[in-house]
Amino acid sequence: MGKAKLKEHRINRDWCKGCGICVELCPKKVLELDAEEKAVAVRPEDCIACKLCEIRCPDLAIEIITEPDEK
Amino acid sequence: MPIKDYIRERFFPHMWCPGCGHGTVLNSLLRAVEQLGMSKNEIVVVSGIGCSARISGYVDFHTLHTLHGRALAFATGVKLSKPELNVIVPMGDGDALAIGGNHFIHAARRNIAMTAIVMNNKIYGMTGGQFSPLTGVGGMATTAPYASIDRSFDVVELAKAAGATYVARSTAFHAQECTQMIHDAILHDGFSVVEIMTQCPTHYGRKNKKGGPAEMIKEFKDITTPIGSKAKQENPGLIERGVFVEKDLPEYCAEYDKIIERAQGGA
Ligand SMILES: Cc1ncc(C[n+]2csc(CCOP(=O)(O)OP(=O)(O)O)c2C)c(N)n1
Ligand code: SF4
Ligand code: SF4
Ligand code: SF4
Ligand SMILES: [Mg+2]
Repeated sequence: MGKAKLKEHRINRDWCKGCGICVELCPKKVLELDAEEKAVAVRPEDCIACKLCEIRCPDLAIEIITEPDEK
Repeated sequence: MPIKDYIRERFFPHMWCPGCGHGTVLNSLLRAVEQLGMSKNEIVVVSGIGCSARISGYVDFHTLHTLHGRALAFATGVKLSKPELNVIVPMGDGDALAIGGNHFIHAARRNIAMTAIVMNNKIYGMTGGQFSPLTGVGGMATTAPYASIDRSFDVVELAKAAGATYVARSTAFHAQECTQMIHDAILHDGFSVVEIMTQCPTHYGRKNKKGGPAEMIKEFKDITTPIGSKAKQENPGLIERGVFVEKDLPEYCAEYDKIIERAQGGA
């Protein structure tokens, strides 16, 4: 199985409640909360597409899109 | 099928507070169902009352939102009448083990095939932070302003003793592990209990000075350890995670079918 490469962080700003869990637990410190307390990928180039943010988000607000899409 | 196909998007964003661990349980449950590749029509989610119980409103399966503590009783009715369906019962710690404690032990004793997910935040979240049978000695709650003196149940030990044939524990921090356990519990032909420790930042967190959602979810990493680890021997206070019981015993609906056959003059 080849390593999936990041294409995009799809963050649903209407659903994100700014809890900070993804920010705090990202192993590469890719994410931050912006002025509106919504998660944003500020260092997407460091992302290893581990999807830990996606599977822990209590609000289903973050999705890691990779290529080639394994789905 | 992406997990969004399994939710009722019109009800999102959901009602849970920012950083509520119950949301991660929903996330894990959806991934487990996606991995199983089941159709929405094969699944029934039955819940009682509580923040945790609200999960049934968000999933696009057959759903029943019933009475506080009584979800397993309703679920038993559903399962006996339609044994071909996969019945999942997400419950709060109060729902499952305070008011619903009797239903819990007897469903386990009967070994009826369904998956009980105990979303254990150690508190009554929905009603304002009263202590539950899982708060434990020293825990603070609105109804225990000088700390609780009640000992806590151990969900795993209780489920084991009552006869559940699949028993596992994980936490919201260990979301991948949760998905695997829910997946296996749904496939298990008997009464399955998956305890998932979740954070309630709004009540338990505030009363017990646990910090915000991120601090609370990280604590689950520090206070738990895989079953039988070296860390557990060195620090017996750690809470074990993993699969504690997985065994085959006669399943209730199958046994009931045999009785029907006998009553109809087969024997
Ligand atoms: C018969 C009955 N008794 C009491 C209540 C009030 N009540 C609603 S939810 C709840 C407890 C919720 O705690 P828990 O089950 O742990 O769920 P959580 O909100 O923490 O997820 C109580 C006591 C009720 N709705 N019905
Ligand atoms: S975990 Fe989800 S809800 Fe929380 S800040 Fe990140 S994207 Fe937003
Ligand atoms: S996929 Fe992993 S590395 Fe990338 S933002 Fe999410 S947690 Fe961080
Ligand atoms: S009160 Fe607690 S359990 Fe209920 S939604 Fe808020 S954080 Fe979650
Ligand atoms: Mg609770």
